[in-house]
Amino acid sequence: MILVVLDHDGSKLRKASLEALTRARKLAEAFGDGVAGVLLAEGQAPVEEARAHVETLYVAELGPYTAEKWAAGILEAAKAGAKAIVAPSSRQSRAYLGRVAYALKAGLLEDTLESWAEGGEVYATRYAYLNRVTQKVKSAPPVVLTVKPNTTPLAEPRGQAGQVVPLSIPPVPTVEVLERVQEEKKGVSLTEADVVVTGGRGMGSAEAFKQVEELAALLGGAVGATRAVVDAGWRPYGEQVGQTGKTVQPSLYIALGVSGAVQHLAGMNKSKYIVAVNKDPEAPIFKHADYGIVGDVHQVLPALIQAVKKLKD
Amino acid sequence: MKFVAVIRQVPDGESRLRIQGDRVDLSGATLILDQMDEYGVEEALRLKEKHGGEAIVVGFGPERTEEAIRTALAMGMDRGIHVVHEGYADPVTVAEALAPVLKEESPTLILTGGQQADWDSQALGGALAEALGVPVVPWTTALQLEGETAKAKHDLDEGAEWVRVRLPAVFTTQQGLNEPRYPTLPGIMKAKKKEIKRVAFQGTSRVEILQESIQEKARLQKILEGKDPVAAAEELVRLLHDEAKVI
Ligand SMILES: Cc1cc2nc3c(=O)[nH]c(=O)nc-3n(C[C@H](O)[C@H](O)[C@H](O)COP(=O)(O)OP(=O)(O)OC[C@H]3O[C@@H](n4cnc5c(N)ncnc54)[C@H](O)[C@@H]3O)c2cc1C
Repeated sequence: MILVVLDHDGSKLRKASLEALTRARKLAEAFGDGVAGVLLAEGQAPVEEARAHVETLYVAELGPYTAEKWAAGILEAAKAGAKAIVAPSSRQSRAYLGRVAYALKAGLLEDTLESWAEGGEVYATRYAYLNRVTQKVKSAPPVVLTVKPNTTPLAEPRGQAGQVVPLSIPPVPTVEVLERVQEEKKGVSLTEADVVVTGGRGMGSAEAFKQVEELAALLGGAVGATRAVVDAGWRPYGEQVGQTGKTVQPSLYIALGVSGAVQHLAGMNKSKYIVAVNKDPEAPIFKHADYGIVGDVHQVLPALIQAVKKLKD
Repeated sequence: MKFVAVIRQVPDGESRLRIQGDRVDLSGATLILDQMDEYGVEEALRLKEKHGGEAIVVGFGPERTEEAIRTALAMGMDRGIHVVHEGYADPVTVAEALAPVLKEESPTLILTGGQQADWDSQALGGALAEALGVPVVPWTTALQLEGETAKAKHDLDEGAEWVRVRLPAVFTTQQGLNEPRYPTLPGIMKAKKKEIKRVAFQGTSRVEILQESIQEKARLQKILEGKDPVAAAEELVRLLHDEAKVI
């Protein structure tokens, strides 16, 4: 069996889960196996949507997320004999899948771009060295594999609803959640967006980000931020792009007042086109840019917004 | 109390990487204590300064890793343990190598980097926690000891949360947790005399790296002069529309 962790937002499966399903099906075909799903709920879970994709759907209501509970749920579902566990890669999934991989003594293939099975082993490609190197890796089953978002076509439903199996999970020692600070999500999700407009410290203030938002909205994209901006409290951490933020790979990445530190580049250097606006012609970001303007962002950004509006008319 | 920081040595993000025979060759690269692990070392030092006890650095990796352990000792860690292993090892294998050492020390808590700057793995904290049968708090941005428990703030995919956790537990670091100190000259002198215990590890990685390649995408680098912002913006939008076809 190939087990897929079906991540959801409380009402529907995330796009990343549909990518994981596609990957799981490919492995299942190679191994001559079926695909089972595990849906770990906090509140209302999209059971009907999920069972349309799998032969068996394991469901458990676990309350607020913790790495320990999620790991226990997945391990319980994997008991049926999973050759591979496939999950979307997210910050949270890497914490619980580290546990799962250790418990199963599995080969952990993180953040894979592609994956396939050959001769009974699982192969994958992934980035390493702060996204500068592409690795081809392999492991014998059992394997825990995470799927980098936006790398894989989305799975279509099977046309036959799978069987639902409730899981009972013994209590595990875990953290006690005291307070959750949920960030408000606006517009397109950062990791799935095809256009990302990022502001750096060069934006100068939180207010100046109104225009970053405006440009992103005009282009149907999402807003990103550098660590310097997050530390200054101008933008929420959920928007941080980089080594310790999110990795994005849009068709168009626009960096406004961003210097181009390696830790930032790690999160965006695989974008198809990179555009930079910076007043310093020596800023490292220009070496990594396809297009750029050397100028003051406070003059260039309003002009960009006007130019895009003009194009749309 | 005993505070452990688990570290590795990695190439500096700014150094040039070369490929030699299908694999990354680090012989020309500057190697440093992983900056994410540095946050763990700093936090262990601060906890010790506040609550007393001992701060221990545990390094995993080849012979050269000793340099990174010495850096942590020069920052102020009391002693080091080096689990010696040549070549790549996946996080489960690293956790297997470190588990017996950590169990023997039975620390109050363990800190390690949120992400490795060479293998880009974020799973070591979770794997270590599972190996020790304790909870994990990934991507920690604040940490306070309160008797037998710790209160910590950590990042989620969207947002953040405060948690309370019974100790021992594993914490992985995030930028913002602290500002790591620099080793001082007296610190460096003292570090030379501090003990580093060596432990050999013979296990083999479950995950095998078959090939590595560097594909720095060649960028167009069409940089426009922005003295006339309106003209530059219009030209940029034209290029993005007509040439790149992304808007
Ligand atoms: C372990 C570790 C992890 C990290 N992780 C991340 C991460 O995930 N993401 C991240 O972003 N950083 C990360 N960093 C921090 C990173 O090293 C940089 O400090 C950060 O990216 C800098 O942000 P910035 O470019 O906005 O600011 P700065 O470096 O201050 O650059 C500001 C730029 O704006 C330009 N500018 C100023 N005013 C104007 C103007 N009016 N018009 C146009 N341009 C202007 C300046 O010329 C400059 O180039 C990490 C660091 C460490 C050590």
